Amino acid sequence: MGVERGKSLITPAGSELDSAESVLGDSVIFTKLDDVVNWGRKYSFFLYPFITACCGMEFMSAAGPRYDIDRFGAALPRFSPRQADLLLVVGTISHKQAPILVKIYNQMTEPKWVFAFGVCVCSGGFYDNYATVQGIDTLIPVDVYVPGCPPRPEMVLDGLIRLQEKVVKSKWNDFPRGEARVSKRSFPDKAEKA
Amino acid sequence: MSVSETERKISAAFSEDVLESHEFRGDSTIVVKKERIREILLFLRDDPEFRYNFVMDITAVDYLERSPRFEVVYHLYSLSYNRRLRVKVPVSLEDANIDSSATVWEASDWMEREVYDMYGITFKGHPNMKRILLYEEFKGHPLRKDYPIRKRQPLIGPDN
Repeated sequence: MGVERGKSLITPAGSELDSAESVLGDSVIFTKLDDVVNWGRKYSFFLYPFITACCGMEFMSAAGPRYDIDRFGAALPRFSPRQADLLLVVGTISHKQAPILVKIYNQMTEPKWVFAFGVCVCSGGFYDNYATVQGIDTLIPVDVYVPGCPPRPEMVLDGLIRLQEKVVKSKWNDFPRGEARVSKRSFPDKAEKA
Repeated sequence: MSVSETERKISAAFSEDVLESHEFRGDSTIVVKKERIREILLFLRDDPEFRYNFVMDITAVDYLERSPRFEVVYHLYSLSYNRRLRVKVPVSLEDANIDSSATVWEASDWMEREVYDMYGITFKGHPNMKRILLYEEFKGHPLRKDYPIRKRQPLIGPDN
């Protein structure tokens, strides 16, 4: 956080008016809006744990008391996409599940970040087959990739810290990012359901 | 009861339906024809010396080079006698259907839907013969040996 102490930005030097610091003392901090907003955002992630498979166990372990994510302010899961800002995609995403993931991502309000937890989500993992999405970055933009099958909770915390560093560097006009730009396939021989 | 006794008892009730039987390391297997499979399974469930009241799994195998191509496999377990039995039923590709055992055991309902989804073998008399794991518009049956192993059919997103 950029803090400028002892230098008044309002009163010209040498004037007789008292500067804010001399009147208010240490109760005033001067900073930039970007910095303070990013500080608030990085220490208050509201998670949306989109858990489908075994990586959920490591998420639970990372959220437990030993490898606490509450230390980083990211304690509270919100199971409504409107209320959450960090989409934690945990576990294998199949092609049947993919439209659901994109819908949830589109419903989340800005600013939002996506955390790819586990190697199935980063790249399809070892499921190079008919059913698995080969990495969710083919569907939605991802901010942090944490590989591992499953990743150790320490890796998850490392990923969270890197995401915090990314948030610190973000600018005001990075958001809104908008809808995920993914093409839907049409199935012309599917009968219209009433 | 050893597998040869099992085979003898079933052959006594259903002559000419049992093709063969074998036992390997404690696993008993009998191979039967598919024409009267529902009666055979009912007999296995209800007979007081068998009492196979628990169907553990229903699956299928695709032997690509062989005719008949598929084999539907039932794994049965008797809770009363702590005994397991595997029942294999050859099914050909041209006539890829078999009588459903959904009324014999409740659990076979979803297991037969999975076999249909993955192999394309329909079960006659099934109350809800639909795909269960894949989405409805998926074309093909992926666990058949001639389905290309990396062919993906995404609903959304790029083709691979």
